[in-house]
Amino acid sequence: MPRWMHKLASPPYFYRTSGKLAPWLAWPGVVLMLCGLYAGLVLAPPDYQQGDAFRIIYIHVPSAWLSLMGYSALATTGFIALVWRLKLAEIAVIAIAPVGASFTFLALVTGSIWGKPMWGAWWVWDARLTSELILLFLYLSVIALHNAIESPRTAARASSLLALVGVINVPIIHYSVVWWKTLHQGSTVFRMDGPSIETAMLVPLLIAALGFTLLFGWLVLWRLRVLLLWRERRSRWVQRVLAHG
Amino acid sequence: MLSAFVGVLRRDLRLAMRQRGVLVHHLLFALLVIVLFPMGTDADSAMLVTIAPALLWITVLLTSLLSLQRLFRPDYEDGTLEQFLLSPEPLPIIALARVVAHWLVSGLVFVLISPLLALLLDVPAQAIPVIIFSLLLGTPTLGFIGAIGTALTLSLPRAGLLLSLLIFPLYVPVLIFGAGAIRAALTGLPYEAPLYLLGALLTLALTCAPWAIAAALRISLE
Repeated sequence: MPRWMHKLASPPYFYRTSGKLAPWLAWPGVVLMLCGLYAGLVLAPPDYQQGDAFRIIYIHVPSAWLSLMGYSALATTGFIALVWRLKLAEIAVIAIAPVGASFTFLALVTGSIWGKPMWGAWWVWDARLTSELILLFLYLSVIALHNAIESPRTAARASSLLALVGVINVPIIHYSVVWWKTLHQGSTVFRMDGPSIETAMLVPLLIAALGFTLLFGWLVLWRLRVLLLWRERRSRWVQRVLAHG
Repeated sequence: MLSAFVGVLRRDLRLAMRQRGVLVHHLLFALLVIVLFPMGTDADSAMLVTIAPALLWITVLLTSLLSLQRLFRPDYEDGTLEQFLLSPEPLPIIALARVVAHWLVSGLVFVLISPLLALLLDVPAQAIPVIIFSLLLGTPTLGFIGAIGTALTLSLPRAGLLLSLLIFPLYVPVLIFGAGAIRAALTGLPYEAPLYLLGALLTLALTCAPWAIAAALRISLE
């Protein structure tokens, strides 16, 4: 590992650095999210078919992206925790999991609200909905396993391994469900022939997605700091931090 | 390496043969699930055939969950598992042998009685070979996935509920392709593709899962 990674992995150094970094994630995140949502909910033109109902896309799609990105991040930190046994990575696994699960839940709820006027049902057994639901279960299983095991290091390593097994399965589950049945509209942003979505609708979506991503990063970082303080609560540097702020 | 594989396999099979009662319990459990289900409905035979693929596979999943309790736990409790970890033979090979032995006494037996279960559900005879093939290809994959979950939860005293949360989401592809093959056969559609996919899943599990099981055992016993 390069030297700066070693340095960053030391808990007191990381705690100081991440404290300086956090506002740079939080404020731009809030501003971008509000701009994106305002542009999407007010300025963007209504859809020719779905009318104003499509506007939930500005929450639904960023959450769905982040649910997948969060799981990739979970598996990556899990891999680092298993291979290099970095304490920071071990804590990061449980810092990421609940945030990712929340965004997955948000994607499911907004999708359900969107589905009611469009498909006439709160829930349909469509491929993307089903694989998103299973993704939620994968997150919950990582959290449950972590909570069940008492020794924090064993818990982190066990849930890391489970996240890795899960990440191999995510594409398999996705395609198995896609071949099972599909009703959800196709992807409109990432396509070989360019986005099929109107630019006036796309730009707010990208802004909102960037804002959501920064906030996701901020939430994870803040959880990581708190968990790190708790895990290291008996060490001298935490005592110092608590005494001097 | 091969001798370790054969040795562990023979040991596990001999132990299982000395506790034939457990085997019978699992079969009775499967039989009961299948028998109870029609009683909750009006047992209309057309409806039973429609749900037969799902019902057979759900029964397989539940039985697999129950039988997994016997895969590593008794050896964990009496300390045998630590000896396996200390042995100079590669742990993935030992894990592979244990899963194969476990499949021979739980999965394979289920495959053998599946025609009887299919008859109870009034499934036409031409679908029975597809049922057998889908179970033959699917149940070992369940064993491998389940073994990872069991190994991860070994240190917890009562892990049954947690285990189901861990492994059922991972069972989804097997369920979809397994039940899908039977459904295709029942409706006269080509059923080869889901069977090939089940074979692909089995190949993946066979090549990757032993290492994951070994890693999980080391985590649980460290």
